[in-house]
Amino acid sequence: MNDLIRLNNLTVTYERHPAVHHISGGFAAGSLTAIAGPNGAGKSTLLKAIVSELRPAEGSIDRGALTRNDFGYLPQAADIVRRFPISVADTVMLGAWKNAGAFGRFSRKDAERAQEALGIVGLSGFEKRHIGSLSAGQFQRVLFARLLLQDARVILLDEPFTAIDQRTTRDLLELVLRWNQEGRTVIAVLHDFEQVRSYFPETLLIARELVGWGRTEDVMSPKNLIKARAMAERWDEEAATCLPEEEHDEGGLVKREPAE
Amino acid sequence: MTVYDIFLAPFADYGFMRRALIACVCLGLGSGPIGVFLMLRRMSLMGDAMSHAVLPGAAIGYLIAGSLSLTAMGLGGLVAGLSVALLSGLVSRATVLQEDASFASFYLTSLALGVLIVSLRGSNIDLLHVLFGTILAIDAPALYQIGAITTVTLLALAVIYRPLVMECFDPGFLRAVGGRGPLYHFLFLLLVVLNLVASFQALGTLMAVGLMMLPAAVAQLWSRSLPAMMIIATGTAMASGYIGLIASYHLEFASGPTIIITASLIYGFSILFAPSGLARRFFPRPHLRG
Repeated sequence: MNDLIRLNNLTVTYERHPAVHHISGGFAAGSLTAIAGPNGAGKSTLLKAIVSELRPAEGSIDRGALTRNDFGYLPQAADIVRRFPISVADTVMLGAWKNAGAFGRFSRKDAERAQEALGIVGLSGFEKRHIGSLSAGQFQRVLFARLLLQDARVILLDEPFTAIDQRTTRDLLELVLRWNQEGRTVIAVLHDFEQVRSYFPETLLIARELVGWGRTEDVMSPKNLIKARAMAERWDEEAATCLPEEEHDEGGLVKREPAE
Repeated sequence: MTVYDIFLAPFADYGFMRRALIACVCLGLGSGPIGVFLMLRRMSLMGDAMSHAVLPGAAIGYLIAGSLSLTAMGLGGLVAGLSVALLSGLVSRATVLQEDASFASFYLTSLALGVLIVSLRGSNIDLLHVLFGTILAIDAPALYQIGAITTVTLLALAVIYRPLVMECFDPGFLRAVGGRGPLYHFLFLLLVVLNLVASFQALGTLMAVGLMMLPAAVAQLWSRSLPAMMIIATGTAMASGYIGLIASYHLEFASGPTIIITASLIYGFSILFAPSGLARRFFPRPHLRG
């Protein structure tokens, strides 16, 4: 088996609510996978578990020989405090964490790489800007520059293109595809099904439980999508307490209805 | 009255004024940066709650040590403040209560308990001291204690600065790279309580948070860079201490409240005239023309 990361009967809870149940399967080394599903399906929770931010309530995640430093993680924009007084350059530099750690010094080489990364995402000259003064698209470019600096083998993206203008989305998608061509494993939580179909060869479709996992054209079949939506509607009726994740999903962001 | 009489004589003539001034300088150095972080973490009111939480411990220290022994009260306050911080964190994780709700319940209990304990044994004057502080009564040992707390605060902040910044601004990323967010959160709470204990002696349980939050609010109005904010907050706290002490000396006002009122006046001025204040809003600068 050449799976880089394996999920074994994985159940993860988020703030005491079970969010994803009994998921098994593997991400192959060098694969490009979308995690798709309706709102509140547990997509972000699953990603947080893979990056060890949340612990499995049941089952396990087998990361083989990968260490924390092999993972690059892009949190959901809503989880980041944008009004925090920090500059673009300092934000990108945090990507060199594996060299400097919590207490060490950043090297001159890290600073040069940060500069270079900003150039790649098209933000040269923005170094001193405060992150609060950037547009949503520009800020997402900053976070991608930080990912470039992390230079990780596995890249996990949580809704990377939500509320982002088309041009930025195109530029950043190009970066994602390039990372994949370089042999990196990329896993992205997405809710734009068109994007999933157009760019991601593999898809993991969940609605709190696994609906399908494999080649995108097989997984994103009308039958599976109807099934996922039916499962989502079922928990809406039963939901006495809503998942915190659903709160993140709203917030005025444009969203696509699942296509059939 | 000469300039010397107004601005320097009170400190040249009286030891208690000098000690009060040094206490204010130390409090500014420690509480200024801590206040900025508290505010950025949206915990401004939590600081207030925590300052009341210090009271029962301080009161028990006072009961055991007999008189207004600042060391005993400081230790008691530290234990009580930390316990409340940890317990309310625990309650909010284990029940449906949000952290602010459990904090509010705990600090009200603490405040009531503290006042009760002091009034069991002490006089009304003791109670006033505990509630409003005795900045002019700070003696050398108390000053050492405040100085030590300031030193520890600045050193600790320097060490945990990077992870603390990340914990405030992008906690998910910190956890993903393996930084232990809760550890830094706890260390930060420890620093908050330590600084509250330090300013508790000067300003009492009701105003201890004054030199922490007002300067932090002022700093946020004037700057958008974290290091600058910390410097502005520290400067504001120190200036409030100095001006407040002089004003209270000449006008024969109570010192603690005068210091806090001074900080409030600086805050009011900043609201009006700072770059992100009201004046700029109503009278925007004209656009530059090409």
